[in-house]
Amino acid sequence: MKIIVVGLNHKTAPVDVREKLAFTGPKLEEGLLKIRKLPGIDEVVVLSTCNRVELYADVRDVGKSFETIRTFLSEFHGIDEAALQTSLYLHNGSDAVRHIFRVASSLDSMVVGEPQILGQLKDAFDSALQRKTTGILLNRLMKKAISVAKRVRTETKIAENAVSISFAAVELARKIFTDLPEKSFMLLGAGEMAELAARHIVNCGVKDVAVVNRTYDRGCELATEFNGRAVKFEDFLNELVHTDILICSTGAPTYVLHKEEMQRVMKERRQRSVFIIDISVPRNIDPAINNLDNVYLYDVDDLQGTVDANILERQKEAEKAVTIIEDEIEAFQKWMSSLDSVPTVVALRNKAEAIKNEEMERLMNKFPELGEKERKAIEYMASAITNKLIHPPTVALKDNAEDKEMLVATIRKLYGINGEVE
Amino acid sequence: MEILLFELSLTFYFAATIVSVVELFKGSKATSRFIVIFAVAGFVLQTANIIFRYVDAQHLPITSLHEASSFFAWCIVLIFFFLEYRYRIELLGPFTMPVVFLLMLSSSILPRQIKPLSPVLQSYWLGIHTSLAFLGDAAFAMAFGIGLMYLIQEHHLKSKHLGGLFQRLPNLQILDEINYRLITIGFPLLTLAIITGALWAESAWGSYWRWDPKEVWSLITWFIYALVLHVRLTAGWRGRKAAMLSIVGFLSVIFTFFGVNLLLKGLHAFV
Repeated sequence: MKIIVVGLNHKTAPVDVREKLAFTGPKLEEGLLKIRKLPGIDEVVVLSTCNRVELYADVRDVGKSFETIRTFLSEFHGIDEAALQTSLYLHNGSDAVRHIFRVASSLDSMVVGEPQILGQLKDAFDSALQRKTTGILLNRLMKKAISVAKRVRTETKIAENAVSISFAAVELARKIFTDLPEKSFMLLGAGEMAELAARHIVNCGVKDVAVVNRTYDRGCELATEFNGRAVKFEDFLNELVHTDILICSTGAPTYVLHKEEMQRVMKERRQRSVFIIDISVPRNIDPAINNLDNVYLYDVDDLQGTVDANILERQKEAEKAVTIIEDEIEAFQKWMSSLDSVPTVVALRNKAEAIKNEEMERLMNKFPELGEKERKAIEYMASAITNKLIHPPTVALKDNAEDKEMLVATIRKLYGINGEVE
Repeated sequence: MEILLFELSLTFYFAATIVSVVELFKGSKATSRFIVIFAVAGFVLQTANIIFRYVDAQHLPITSLHEASSFFAWCIVLIFFFLEYRYRIELLGPFTMPVVFLLMLSSSILPRQIKPLSPVLQSYWLGIHTSLAFLGDAAFAMAFGIGLMYLIQEHHLKSKHLGGLFQRLPNLQILDEINYRLITIGFPLLTLAIITGALWAESAWGSYWRWDPKEVWSLITWFIYALVLHVRLTAGWRGRKAAMLSIVGFLSVIFTFFGVNLLLKGLHAFV
């Protein structure tokens, strides 16, 4: 009865390894059932997302099971076992519980605090429940992980603020406009960060997309990528009259948009609000434009500033979350160890019973002339002695002492109870 | 009975205001729900109070400053419910309830007895003219609250300080839309109030317009809101400028309502 976590995530494995190991669609069911049948593995849950593949299992021997699972993974997914060696990690005992709680609470995510992971964990647990690959231990652990995650979410502000520039841009846009999908968007220039931010905005449902590039062909290329239309660089000011959100990232060494031009644009668009994100360095848009009414200009530093503030906020909140998790681990360990003493008590009782029966039999063989009445009296006395002898250790085991694990080990040693108990 | 109803509704509006302050600093679903619950309770009791007084006085109870303040508050709460139902925006309560409570508070300290209405004024115009005027003023009061929300949110976005109320205030576009909507409701009501007032004046005193201070200030208010609509439609003055004008407009409304009565004397002195 040991909990282990075997898996890999975005920190230990590149995406091409992660995608090979993913349990997608029918593979999940097949995998769950096969792992459950592996020797020494009593319960299993498989969590497979784009950033991580993890197996939560209740096993009898940590080392052996790790080997078994690794071999299984390499065979099941057809990957060289040596390649897995470097990216797979193993946690056991309270570290495993901690890891699962951290994953559920989104402390282990690429973007700390992102909310999807909890739903994914619930789905993973549901699948395992349906295939009946879990038992008392993992059921309790998974339910606990979900409730810990909820506690973290309600008691800390970990998921409250955007922590990437793209998210921050979308969040700001949502505070300026009511319905983003109805707005028109323009990407001026190109560049990795600009395209990423543009993709986020397009993902929000924005349909009217214009792409402007100094080289028209490149503009056309990008336009097809975003399901938009390419606009010639010379027409960019005219286009701006109909644009609500502008992301700008050209390589120009000077401003491509000046205050006077923007003033004219605003007049033509009858002062409807514009949100401008200037990702270019050096900046391409005159900062004075922010002073115009209904124009909201954010450059890279402004966005980074909001993101940094949010990350700092999240780190503070993550510390609170860690305290909550430690609390919960302690509670879970207590429950688990109480579970652990029951088989020991049973084994102790069985052992006493066996000794008593053995001695009774020997005595009866030696003195076959003893009558029923005497036999009953002797058996009564033997029971009384054994019961009285095992009474104090039984009480000690049932009492939820702090050093319980040590006590269980001591009692097992003193009474010679070894190996697996059912 | 009416006194009890009035005091109870005042108490509920007070509770709504207290919860509003809590909402500002530490909002949750519960606080905004409680604001609405308390406001509904206050509104129901106040409605009963107005009905009782109506039966007593045999005309719409709006002929003393006590009654008028209370009726003004009642109209604002009515429009608050409409906005809550129609737009469901966050933090509307905290920008409405304090105004309602202040009106009720001033109403509560003003003399409450029902004075007999002079015979010349006993006319169906009383109900029509005053209802139009107060509903219009209430729309302007809400536009003031919304305008304030707009300016705060706009300041957050312009200055790039995204703390405080930023996360919870609604987006600028919806605030601007509601502000405009309220003024387009308030302006025709005010226009009709001025017209019916003139007709009533003609039938009561024999002339349509006498340059009485209340008339003058109503006209000034009317011009301010006419300007708001005009520059919006012609020059596209929206957003910040529109919000600021709606605040100036409401100050004029308040002066027309209280200032004229307390500082200047005129034909409307009874209200």
